[in-house]
Amino acid sequence: MRIVVDRERCSGIGICESLDPEHFEIDDNGALVLVSETADDGDDTVMKAVRACPAVALSVVSE
Amino acid sequence: MTTNSGHPKADDSPFGCPEARRLVVVGASLAGLRAVEAARRSGYQGRITLIGDEMHLPYDRPPLSKSFLAGGDPTALATEQRLLHDLRVDLRLGKRAIGLRPGEGVVVGGEVVPYDRLLIATGSAPRDVGEWAAHPAVHSLRTLDDAHHVRTVLDRVGRGGRVVVVGGGFIGSEVACVALDAGASVTVLEGASVPLVRAVGGVVGAALAGLHGRHGVELRCGVRVIGVRSDDRATQVLLADGDFVPADLVVVGVGAVPATQWLVGSGVDLDPIDSAVVCDEYLRTSLPGVYAAGDVANWPNPVFGARMRLENWTNAAEQGARAVLNALRPASRQAYGTVPYFWSDWYGHRIQFVGTADADSVAFVSGGPDEDRFVALFERAGHLVGAATLNEPGKIMKLRRMVATEDGWDAAVSLCARSSREPVT
Repeated sequence: MRIVVDRERCSGIGICESLDPEHFEIDDNGALVLVSETADDGDDTVMKAVRACPAVALSVVSE
Repeated sequence: MTTNSGHPKADDSPFGCPEARRLVVVGASLAGLRAVEAARRSGYQGRITLIGDEMHLPYDRPPLSKSFLAGGDPTALATEQRLLHDLRVDLRLGKRAIGLRPGEGVVVGGEVVPYDRLLIATGSAPRDVGEWAAHPAVHSLRTLDDAHHVRTVLDRVGRGGRVVVVGGGFIGSEVACVALDAGASVTVLEGASVPLVRAVGGVVGAALAGLHGRHGVELRCGVRVIGVRSDDRATQVLLADGDFVPADLVVVGVGAVPATQWLVGSGVDLDPIDSAVVCDEYLRTSLPGVYAAGDVANWPNPVFGARMRLENWTNAAEQGARAVLNALRPASRQAYGTVPYFWSDWYGHRIQFVGTADADSVAFVSGGPDEDRFVALFERAGHLVGAATLNEPGKIMKLRRMVATEDGWDAAVSLCARSSREPVT
């Protein structure tokens, strides 16, 4: 699956990075960088990070 | 302790409770909603009743003192469709729980809603400040309805108006920022000599307090409000030292207390000092089958070996989910541990904090207290226990992972030393 960031919504709070630093990282300007855009379907750690986003800015799409 | 192999089972041995067929969640905000979602995701098929005292569908609270107050839309946490159809919730909005009868049910109006497992997630309510809080010019800010009122008045008095914020904590400071943006002249009245001491300690509290003055908001510390009076033309906030401050709008944000009045006499252990629900590490209360999460819960956080009660978004979300999983599957229960995390935005600056401010010493390892960008580390017994940053969004989550680890302090110092930064523009 592929991780999708809604840049309009993302506010760089960083809970995603805290839960899954292998896929998410906040840069020094506060912008979310996807360290890796893809993950195994249903990857538990990624899904936790997606669900935990306070801005509801993260989603996944099947490839 | 026996462990399940990952299959949802509703019948693993609870604590003197019948099999969980009826889950009741009291409190329809973030912790309660996350609990409901986690319950369904775990495969729980029984009934879920979600009781909330506001008429609104669950919504996100942090924006109330930020984007919503500045004119944005409220942020829903879940649609009616999702709650009723996807999560199959028996939704009771606009209903206030007024009592708990152990083993029988939650008293809601004239009805008793029976439960096998109960999650208390009633959050917190604004601290009582005295009779002057009832003055028509005075508003608190906890609910969406409160925020609507404040926004309406702010729209009216905004440009050139005089806004007085009582309380220099995060909510009060965020309101001050929005009011300033709206063109008001803003004064923040803080009772303590330094704001935010409980949240971020005195050193960082003083550093953050400096932001107000640098952006044109007057912060007066060590002042006590004793009343608010109005005549035909003006309203004034009266101070204990005899001074008064003119105001078109007064917003009170002096902290919150656990909303547990409805539990008094129920047998649920409440903290003698702040009336929080006393939980164990699994978020169990003193009553069988009854759990608590979010702002109401005082529990021993194993990460720090200390009891904590947290009033932040991150904790409400995580703790709600953990509590309900422990409630529904007690045989595979897990202790809830967390490195606290919260954030706040003032005058376009991002403040972030991880861990605890309960420390032996604080050191600025990047920037300084008078600068618009810094990292401050909190040390206790030689270990990193917390970190506060201003405009360092790229560091805070790395610091969160270092807090309470063996070599956390050295790792944190080295993280901050290797970046030499351009000044904020």
